[in-house]
Amino acid sequence: MTALAEPIAAARDFAPALGASIAVRDLTVTYPNGFTAVRDASFDLDPGSICALVGVNGSGKSTIFKAIMGFVRPTRGEVRLCGLSVDEALRRNIVAYVPQSEDVDWNFPVLVETVVMMGRYGHMNFLRMPSRNDRHKVDEALERVGMSAYRKRQIGELSGGQKKRVFLARSLAQEGRIILLDEPFTGVDVKTETAIISLLRELRASGHLMLVSTHNLGSVPDFCDRVILINRTVLAAGPTAQVFTQKNLERTFGGVLRNFQLGGAALHADDDARSVTVLTDDERPLVFYGDAHSRERDLD
Amino acid sequence: MDTFLAELLVPFSYGYMLRAMWVSALVGGVCAFLSAYLMLKGWSLMGDALAHSIVPGVAAAYILGAPFAVGAFLAGLLAAGAMAFVKHASRLREDAVIGLVFTSLFALGLLMASIWPTSVSIQTIVLGNILAIADEDVVQVAVIAAVSMVVMAFLWKDLMVTFFDESHARSIGIRTGVLKLVFFTLLSACTVAALQTVGACLVIAMVVTPGATAYLLTDRFGRLILISIALGVGTSFVGAYLSYFLDGATGGVIVSLQTVLFLAAFVFAPRHGILAARRRVGAAEASA
Repeated sequence: MTALAEPIAAARDFAPALGASIAVRDLTVTYPNGFTAVRDASFDLDPGSICALVGVNGSGKSTIFKAIMGFVRPTRGEVRLCGLSVDEALRRNIVAYVPQSEDVDWNFPVLVETVVMMGRYGHMNFLRMPSRNDRHKVDEALERVGMSAYRKRQIGELSGGQKKRVFLARSLAQEGRIILLDEPFTGVDVKTETAIISLLRELRASGHLMLVSTHNLGSVPDFCDRVILINRTVLAAGPTAQVFTQKNLERTFGGVLRNFQLGGAALHADDDARSVTVLTDDERPLVFYGDAHSRERDLD
Repeated sequence: MDTFLAELLVPFSYGYMLRAMWVSALVGGVCAFLSAYLMLKGWSLMGDALAHSIVPGVAAAYILGAPFAVGAFLAGLLAAGAMAFVKHASRLREDAVIGLVFTSLFALGLLMASIWPTSVSIQTIVLGNILAIADEDVVQVAVIAAVSMVVMAFLWKDLMVTFFDESHARSIGIRTGVLKLVFFTLLSACTVAALQTVGACLVIAMVVTPGATAYLLTDRFGRLILISIALGVGTSFVGAYLSYFLDGATGGVIVSLQTVLFLAAFVFAPRHGILAARRRVGAAEASA
């Protein structure tokens, strides 16, 4: 944990990530069954940025990820990474991917250090024999996420937060200039979430470009400087302050979000008309006013 | 005593026994290599389906006097194509489709072999007969096994990444589609080879049991492969040797040996065995 919190001198060793960019132009993806998951989506992302990709389930978040990873071919439009085609960018090890926890087979017989070493494979020859430099990068990445002590563990033996850090370490070891993170905060404790966020900030400072799909709306303004709101197409994209507004979020989520307002007489016995709005797509958050759940209870 | 020892060494004095032992060991080793991957993806029964589906191809090859590997390969393609087509064109689930296609082809193979009796009997196809393997078949089996072994030795890490995390594999420039195609081609080829040693019914054991046993013994994939190959080579060699004294049924002996070792690992494995689990519970109770 401490390793994560420290300002990192090693940051300069991790890819002088100049020129990391994602350009998506009129992306349309229609699957073989005729379903168009994304239509005419366009956005641009520049180096040194953390961008949140926000939308309901089935809004096309994972399709956009798949298009960036070359898993699906655009039916129309194109994706360019650092000015290169997707295939070329993948060949050059530009993109690192941190998978959703559900997508990983945690019983797979690999140790933590082996997973992180997989990040180096793209830098090795076809026999994938690690050099001293590769081992050094793995040590460094493990140290940076505070997982050195767990390097000999089988991955299934870790907690949710530790599992996430292992895959983050792999993306560090890979030294990709673009990092895609798929729901990095699901099943993660608050401490790890804070640690991940501070790591992402460091990476941003060293010029990396991160695209984060997340349900965790509350933390988006904390660490994302840009936001893309999608629902089968891009509804809004741009700086967080302009795009991540209540109006836009209601448009993005329709009736899916829980939305409740606390304010006025429910909270104060005065005429202060200001209110607090809580938006969430998960369970209903517990909101305290002072020690009480809300003032309504007292008033009853 | 001396006569007993001499008796034990008898199999080594026969050319056909020596050949059976090293061919079995080679095939057992390469099948075990593949088993390390197959059982991790829940694809174990695919090996079984493949082995049964290629029987008509083998029968046809013997009837026409063509190399059996060619017939088997064509039948394997036919099976894969038929499965893909039925699955696409119907609403049946995958397991039902696999079950339908492989039993149909297996039945066709048995039918062909009984209508047009050839040098190879149904029993040989179903049960294998490594002791009576023909010279040209030895060459085919040896080439298949050796080539597969070499290819796997070069690709094992790439396959590990692909099977573990396909998205990551792509992100480091691995062409996962091509790699999976290579893997399944090798699997089909090795099933054909194993058909000769243990027969169609027991091929499944060769491509599952060694990997499953090794899986209980280690958490490192590299070691898992080595243990698995050692088990495959050892049981196949010893199995072929023992079958000299037990009069045939080489496949039965090999697979029984593999099962015994699996059971031993199942009970005694240091971390993942039944006894280890019991010890852990006991220790937790004691410390509580």
